[in-house]
Amino acid sequence: MKRKDFLYSSIPAAAMLPEMINGYSIKAFNMQSPLVQALMQGTTLTDHVLVIVQLSGGNDGLNTVIPVADYSRYFNARTNVAIPENRVLSIAGVTGTGIHPSMTGMQSLFTEGKAKLIQAVGYPQPNFSHFRSTDIWMSASNSNQEVYTGWAGRYLNYEYPDFPIGYPNADMPDPLAIQIGSTTSLTLQGPTVNMGMSITNPTSFYNLINGTTDPVPNTRAGKELKFVRQTNQQTQGYASAVRTAANSVTSQYTYPTNNSLADQLKIVARLIKGGLRTRVYMVSFGGFDTHSVQVNAADTTTGSHATLLQRVSDAIKAFQEDLKFLGVEERVVGMTFSEFGRRIKSNSSSGTDHGAAAPMFLFGKSVDPGMLGVNPTLPATATVNDNIPMQYDFRSIYSTLLEKWFCLDRSVVNSLFPPNVNSQLQSLPLIKAGVCNSVTPPNPTPVEVMVTNYPNPFQTTTTIKFRTAGGHTLIQIMDTLGRVLLNLVDKEYTAGTYTIPFDSEPLPPGVYYARFQNGVNQHVRAMLKVR
Amino acid sequence: MDRREFLTASRRNKPAPVVQVPRTLSGIETYTGPWTEQEVMHLLKRTMFGAKLADVNYFKGRTLAQTVNELVNPTAPNPAPPVKEYATSTTLGVNADANIAQGTTWINDINNDGTVQGQRRASYKKWWTGALINQDRSIREKFILFLVDHFGNEATDVGNANWMYRQHDLIRQYALGNFKNLVRDISKDIAMLRYLNGYLNNAAAPDENYARELFELFTLGKGPDSRYTESDVKEAAKVLTGWQINFTTWQTIFTSSRHTTANKTFSSFFNNTVIAGRTGTTAGDLELNDLINMTFAHNEVAKFLVRRLYRWFVYYTIDDATEINVITPLATIFRNNNYEWKPVLTALFQSQHFFDMMNRGCVIKNPADQVIGAIREMNTVFPDPTNYLANYGHWNTFYNWMTNMGMNLHDPPNVSGMPAYYQEPLFHEIWINSDSLPKRNQFTDIMVNSGYLISGVRVQFNCVALAQTFFNPGNPNDLIDEAVNRFFRNPISTTSLSQIKTQILLTGQQWDYYWTNAWMAYQANPTTANFNTVNTRLMNLFKYLFNLAEYQLI
Repeated sequence: MKRKDFLYSSIPAAAMLPEMINGYSIKAFNMQSPLVQALMQGTTLTDHVLVIVQLSGGNDGLNTVIPVADYSRYFNARTNVAIPENRVLSIAGVTGTGIHPSMTGMQSLFTEGKAKLIQAVGYPQPNFSHFRSTDIWMSASNSNQEVYTGWAGRYLNYEYPDFPIGYPNADMPDPLAIQIGSTTSLTLQGPTVNMGMSITNPTSFYNLINGTTDPVPNTRAGKELKFVRQTNQQTQGYASAVRTAANSVTSQYTYPTNNSLADQLKIVARLIKGGLRTRVYMVSFGGFDTHSVQVNAADTTTGSHATLLQRVSDAIKAFQEDLKFLGVEERVVGMTFSEFGRRIKSNSSSGTDHGAAAPMFLFGKSVDPGMLGVNPTLPATATVNDNIPMQYDFRSIYSTLLEKWFCLDRSVVNSLFPPNVNSQLQSLPLIKAGVCNSVTPPNPTPVEVMVTNYPNPFQTTTTIKFRTAGGHTLIQIMDTLGRVLLNLVDKEYTAGTYTIPFDSEPLPPGVYYARFQNGVNQHVRAMLKVR
Repeated sequence: MDRREFLTASRRNKPAPVVQVPRTLSGIETYTGPWTEQEVMHLLKRTMFGAKLADVNYFKGRTLAQTVNELVNPTAPNPAPPVKEYATSTTLGVNADANIAQGTTWINDINNDGTVQGQRRASYKKWWTGALINQDRSIREKFILFLVDHFGNEATDVGNANWMYRQHDLIRQYALGNFKNLVRDISKDIAMLRYLNGYLNNAAAPDENYARELFELFTLGKGPDSRYTESDVKEAAKVLTGWQINFTTWQTIFTSSRHTTANKTFSSFFNNTVIAGRTGTTAGDLELNDLINMTFAHNEVAKFLVRRLYRWFVYYTIDDATEINVITPLATIFRNNNYEWKPVLTALFQSQHFFDMMNRGCVIKNPADQVIGAIREMNTVFPDPTNYLANYGHWNTFYNWMTNMGMNLHDPPNVSGMPAYYQEPLFHEIWINSDSLPKRNQFTDIMVNSGYLISGVRVQFNCVALAQTFFNPGNPNDLIDEAVNRFFRNPISTTSLSQIKTQILLTGQQWDYYWTNAWMAYQANPTTANFNTVNTRLMNLFKYLFNLAEYQLI
């Protein structure tokens, strides 16, 4: 238009609504479009929430969950850091396995039937780099594969395929995922955009709760900086929804102080109670990279690792109490993970180095409580590179949560993981029956031996004998470093007992493991190759 | 408070609230402070689109005077004119734009087909975007943008792409030269005649549109001392009667029979000047020259233009001190040098005022600063120049980004140009709103994440390659310090720096050496896995920094 037309229309500066700058507003357009609205609804209707607790640095699983039944091997492998047998806390309904003495909070959750322990979770070909292994856990990729999206991000992308176009909207007014305590996470990365809203971002609402932001100088630059920041806060499509949710909760259970994980979980509980429809929350807690002095020499139940575990345990316990207090306990399940466990053998500086498989915890009223798996297989004389052989692939945990907690079809779940592991993903007893009106698989019978080998020890060839209940059956041969060397068996079987020879020709003498997996069952058998 | 409240308050002996308005008293005396990377970046981010490391290093080794001299005296040739890169129709009866072969320029080809002209307008804007991206080491491209904005023509209104290009080229030829001559020639520019109806202005039915804007927007402005009268506008319109467009040859013509031959008498503001009425073919030019001379004899022209300049390159607030210490002396320089730009620019960019801390880091980036600046500062690699299809395709993407952020090249909302440079009281803050700010963030996110694949060539920000140019990328503290230093003109707190380091570069790990090891591993053995480890973290780092409010300021 000509300037004269413009002046005649006489729009005062204050009426120049931002959305009108280019003469249209994407938000308004989309809100008015029934078609677009229909596309925005989540594919699966659920009010379930998953809280992911990341323990950064590589948590020492063997000092978190102690194999009491195998105590002498445990003690011999790590004399300088071992927890005294009589100090280990028992787990309700579980014998031969206990947890770190500082984890009284978790112990009471087990007693209340609100916690689940999963033994020796890892992946084939473990990577000992923090960065790489974190990426693997977050993307759920294979060890040798580069995947640029996160497993939860892919899930949310399935549910909300058009995000962020047209969001927030009436059907999903809230962030799909909220991340507290870390600015960017691969876990929540979708195919094109990150599905999460990070609330430590100095430009978003977190500052309104915590009041931390960089100061603005009294200069022209300061004036403009303040202006841009304010606009940014107004622009956060979710800011008001999140703020409203946070502010609507005025009373919460008491959380421990001086505990940053508790601080984060307290916000999560508040937002859940406040009515956000956000499905995934992610919090993180660092400091687990305990290469040295993870315990006090005078009392190995104290020290830096004990402090970390106590904070985790106290925070989760308080969170669970708070959820109950707030009346939203049924809606929430939590999960801890760390990029790897630590080596079986401790080092000489009272610490432990990067390892492989480690335990995971689930918590919540809906978890199927107790322990899954058995004490890790420990060598009689641990050497420096020995790792705990994997019992469960971490992607079986993820996929089970997607199926049993977020109520996705198995076929959809499988599509969210690398094709080569689809057939190997297990549907595990992690969630109580009925939450998705489906049947929880029965707990595996723990003592029944599924896989044996003869001869053992052997020189070149040994015969592996296994009993399958039918369906997909997997036998992985692993070495002491925790690496899967080959899949000896990986196909469908009818129920029965079978044998298969294992030719170890190119392998050096030493200990190998045969990991058998069939349905919900898994079993690890140690095999000794000699000259 | 309103006036009544104010008076009531003072009667009760309450002190009037003191509003601390950040201000500066410095003027155009030559800056004598340190000449470091900080000053170079301040100067380059204001006068160019982004400060590339190579340019910063180049000027760091020269003096301020040498630097400003090079910035205002470009030596690189102007870009070759736009070429035909758009698809032509093969449908029978549809104009095939057949005179022009693919890859050759269309600027001299006469074709009145609306579709073809639409394609050429797009082609022109892509080309201009390319010129911005490939700018030489001078102020030229930004100054052309400033001048095109000053004259406020709209391509969609004029319609004819050839004419728009011609106007652009006219401005380009005069860009760092004589402003007075530019105004004289642009008064006869075919696009301008079309846009402000000058071609309809004739003795029988004067059209005042151009005359009015000539005074109000192009030369004298509407400052408090710019008291020309409505009658002056009418008389100036008479001076400008008779100019026409030959729509067949696309030439400006002067038709003396349509010209008002009477004398034109101006008000006391112009010292009652009388422009003698002329007849014949030279009447138009002779009287136009008189009009331009009369106008430019007035002090207000220089003041108005310097204020415009100031709002583009320094800051938008012009208080009394700035008016006295900066605007007035620069206007004097402008006038004393017969409206040559270079002496004014030289004085401004070497001044104490320009380098005053109060004036640093306070300009909100315009969309070209945001888009082109990011592309340049990230050392973004474009297709080989011979691959014009791919290049025009990418330029089109970035042209569209600028448009979506509120700056459509040569298509402002109206003849006043872009509101950010004149609209009280927000000025630059108009660029930032709840629509444009997320787009600014999306742009950098997309460029980091995937970029664009066009004609088989991907253009993307390469975060690892950029980090490679840092002096110590293996140290996470040094890396973040340098990134912040390069991209932000304002400091951020050590708390934030440490948070960024731990949460992004170290992804939660507590030891710096995990980053160092990852970087060293990539340097020693650039496998895909090692590359990805550092790349994912650097991508997150740069996306995060580009999303901070600090990134919006230069």
